[in-house]
Amino acid sequence: MSTADFDTGEKNTWCPGCGNFGILNAVKQAILQLGLPRERVVEVSGIGCHGKMTDYVKVNGIHVIHGRVLPVATGIKLSNHNLTVIGHAGDGDAFGIGLGHFAHAARRNVPISYITHDNMVYGLTTGQTSPTSLQGFVTKTSPRGVFEEPINPIAQALASHTSFVARCYAGDLRHLVEILKQAFTWRGFSLIDILQPCVTFNKLNTYEYYRERVYKLEESGHDPGDYTAAYSKAWEWGERIPIGVIYKKERPTYLEAFPQLKLGPLALQPLRPSIRELFKEYR
Amino acid sequence: MSEKCKGLRDDTVSILIGGEAGQGISRSGGLLGRALMRAGFHVFGTNEYPSLIRGGHNYYLLRASARPVYAQSENLDILIALNKETVLLHEAELNPGGAILVDESNVFGEGELGRNDVNLYKVPMASIVKELGGPDIMRNTVAIGASVGLLKLDPSMLRDAVVATFSKPEVVDMNVRAVNRGYGYVKDKQQSFNCEINGLVENRRIFLTGNDAVALGAVSAGVKFYAAYPMTPTSPILDWMINHSYEAGLVAVQAESELAAINMVVGASYAGVRAMTGTSGGGFSLMTEGLGFAAMSECPIVVNVGQRPGPSTGLATHSGQGDLLFAIHASQGEFPRVVSAPGDLEECFELTKQAFNLAEKFQIPAIILTDKFLAESERDVEPFDEGIVPIDRGKTVVDGEWSGEYRRYSLTEDGVSPRLLPGTKGAIVNATSNEHMDTSYSSSDPKVVVDMVNKRFRKTAFIVEEVNKLSPVRVYGAPDAEVALVSWGGNKGPLLEALRLLQMDGVKARLVQVVYLEPFPSKRVDEELGKTSMNVLFENNVTAQLGQLIKMHTGYAFANVGLRYDGRPFNPSEITRKVLEVLRK
Repeated sequence: MSTADFDTGEKNTWCPGCGNFGILNAVKQAILQLGLPRERVVEVSGIGCHGKMTDYVKVNGIHVIHGRVLPVATGIKLSNHNLTVIGHAGDGDAFGIGLGHFAHAARRNVPISYITHDNMVYGLTTGQTSPTSLQGFVTKTSPRGVFEEPINPIAQALASHTSFVARCYAGDLRHLVEILKQAFTWRGFSLIDILQPCVTFNKLNTYEYYRERVYKLEESGHDPGDYTAAYSKAWEWGERIPIGVIYKKERPTYLEAFPQLKLGPLALQPLRPSIRELFKEYR
Repeated sequence: MSEKCKGLRDDTVSILIGGEAGQGISRSGGLLGRALMRAGFHVFGTNEYPSLIRGGHNYYLLRASARPVYAQSENLDILIALNKETVLLHEAELNPGGAILVDESNVFGEGELGRNDVNLYKVPMASIVKELGGPDIMRNTVAIGASVGLLKLDPSMLRDAVVATFSKPEVVDMNVRAVNRGYGYVKDKQQSFNCEINGLVENRRIFLTGNDAVALGAVSAGVKFYAAYPMTPTSPILDWMINHSYEAGLVAVQAESELAAINMVVGASYAGVRAMTGTSGGGFSLMTEGLGFAAMSECPIVVNVGQRPGPSTGLATHSGQGDLLFAIHASQGEFPRVVSAPGDLEECFELTKQAFNLAEKFQIPAIILTDKFLAESERDVEPFDEGIVPIDRGKTVVDGEWSGEYRRYSLTEDGVSPRLLPGTKGAIVNATSNEHMDTSYSSSDPKVVVDMVNKRFRKTAFIVEEVNKLSPVRVYGAPDAEVALVSWGGNKGPLLEALRLLQMDGVKARLVQVVYLEPFPSKRVDEELGKTSMNVLFENNVTAQLGQLIKMHTGYAFANVGLRYDGRPFNPSEITRKVLEVLRK
C-alpha cells in the first residue's frame, strides 16, 4: 500500500503551495505507517480551508459545522471507542468559535488526536484576522494591525491538562509524520498545533519565516515529562520557535469514566431496553 | 367520593404544602403523593417555585381522588404552611371547612387571618423535631403526618413511603417517628374538619413526572447516548440519565454547553447509536445550528425541548408554550423534521419512543416539545407498556460487512439511504454539513444540489404517512359535543378536568388535542373542527401559535381563544368559565 491508496480522487481546491498539502500528506503517511485499517479511522473536520481533509483522505469522515469538531469527535469516540478519531480544525475553528470546547475535551482526556491547522489567518473567508494572528498583523479586519494578544494554543493546552501537547511545522514532513504517529497512538487527548503557511493571505508567517526559526525539541534535550519546562517552551516565540513534543503525561482517559464501555463499544452493544426494574423507584 | 366527605367541594381532596425554598417542599409533596397512591388513590402533584435555592415562596399542590386526576384545582382542602407567609398567601383558596396546619409558634394579629370558616391547627412542628433531634427540614414530615391524620387515613402507608424514599436507616427512623407524632397530634382534634376520602384503586401504580416518563421512554427505545447542559425544566432528565447510565447501558454526559451537547449527539448518531439531548428554549436556541447539521448530514437525533416562558431567560422556573413555531422552523435552510407534543405521562413515554423510530427511519431530527408543567408535575399511572412502539431502526445496518462501493447518500425512492456504521468492514462511511454528492464529498453543482434537496424532501410523503398512523390528533369527551376545546401539550390535563366540570354544568364538550405538529395533520384537524359548531382554542402563549398553524394549514380561524401567558398552567375552572362565557355570547 502507498499513500495513493488513501486518495479519494476528489479534486483538490487548495492554493498551490498551501501548507495543508504537507499536513494531508503527513496524515496519510502516519495512517499508512501505523497500519491502521481505513475502516477503523474517522476524521472529523471543521469549517475553513482545512475542512476538505475529509474529502481528500479515504477513511471514514464527517465534515462538521464551524467550531464543533471536538464535541462531534467526543460523541463518536464515546459511541465507538474501537475507532481512531482524528480531529482537524483551523485556528478560527479551534481557538475562535470553538475555543470553549478545547479545555473540556482536554480535561476529559477524550482519546482524540486534535490537529490544528494554524495559519494565523482566515483563508476561506479571504483574509481576516485570526485568534492566533500575531500583534500588528494587517488584515482586512485589522487595518491598523492586530491589537489583541494572540491565543497561545500550547499554553492553553497545558493549562487545560492536555495529556499530549505538540507543535509541528507543515514544511517538515518527516518530523510531522513522526509526531502524528505518536499522537494517533496516544492513550488520551492530544493537541498537535501545526504551523501552516497560508501563501495567499499571510505574507508574514511564511515558509521562509518558519524555516529560519523552527528547531526540534527532540534535538535540544527538552524533557516532555517536565511540566515547568514545557510551560516555558510554550512561551518561546521569536527568533527561535520550538517544534516537537512539548509535553506528555499519561493519565486515565475519559473512557474509564464509563464502566459500561467495558462491555465493548456502545454502537455494537445490543439494545437491552427493559425498564421493568426501573419502575420500582416510583412505587 | 362518598357522603363522608362533607368538607370537600368535589370528589377530590387538594392539599398545598408551602414555604420557603430549602424547606423540602417538593420532596415532602412527592412523599405524600406516593403515600396517597400506595393507599389506593389517584394522585396529581405540581410545584411552583421561583428560580432560587433559599427563600422565596415555594409550593407543591397535591390532589387526590378515587378517580383519575389530571390537574390541580383552584381550591384547597388542606393548607400546610411551613411559614406564616404561606397562610396569608393561600388562605383565600381554602374551601369552607378546610384546614390550615401551621407551626404553633406563628402568631396572627387581630384581623390578620381573613377566614373564620376554616380550621386552624397549630401543630408543634418545631418542638417535635427538636425533641426527636432531627434537622429543621423535618418539620415538613411532621406536617404531612398531621395531614394524613386529618384525612383519617392509615398512617402506615405514609411510613412505607418514608421507608421507600429515604435510604439511611437513622433518617428513615427519625422521619417515621415524625410522621407518627404529627399524625397523633391532630388525631383527637378533628374539630369541624370532616373530610374523609377512600382509596379504591388497585395498588400497582407508579408516581412520576413527565421528565421521568421521557427518560423511561428513551431507555425503552434503546437510547445509548445522552448529552445535555443543565437547564430548567429538563435538567432532571440529565440527572436521571447519568444516575441510571450503568443499569440502562448508556453513556450520559454533562456537556460544557448546549452547542457541545447537540454536536456530541450528532457525533454519537453518526457512530450509530440512538442519541438524544434535552434542553429548554434558551438552550435550544444555541442548538439550532446543530439541528440543521443533523438534518443535512442525515444523522438521526432526538431533541426534547421543555418549554418555559421567554424571551431570553424569561421565567426560568415556570411554564409556557411559546416555542411551537420556533421548534417547527428552527435552523437555517429547509429540511424535513418531526415535532410532537405529549400531553400526559403516557404520551411522554409513547411519543419519546416514536421519536426515536421516526428519527432513525427517516434519518431526520425529531423534536419532542414538553413544558415545565408537564415535565415536572407528578401523577400516578399504570406502569408503561414496554411493548408499545417496537424499535424500528429503518435502513440502519448495525452489523456486518459491505461489498462494493458504499455511498452514504445514495439516491433512493423514499429518499432514505442505507446507513452503515463507521467501522463496517469494506465500507467508508462519510457524512457532512456541506451540500454534497451521494458519496458525501462536497459539491455545489446545481444538478447535484437539486438531486440532493429532492432526495431529502422525498421523505416527506413517507413521514406524513407514518405520522398519520400514530393518532396525530386525539379526541376526548362527549361524541355529540356542542363545543370543542382545542389545544396541545401539557394543557391536556387541565382540559380533561374541565370537560368534567362542563358536564356538571350540563355542557357537552370534547377535547381535540393535536399531538403531532410537524408534519401537521391538516386533514384530521379539519375533520375534527368541522364536527362542532363552536371551537375554543387554549394555549399557554400570547400569539396562539397552534391557532396560527391551524389557520395556515386548514384556513380555519378561531373566533374564541383562551390564552394564558403568566407562566402558570391553566386551572380547569378558568377553562370552564371561558367556555361558558363563549357559549353564553
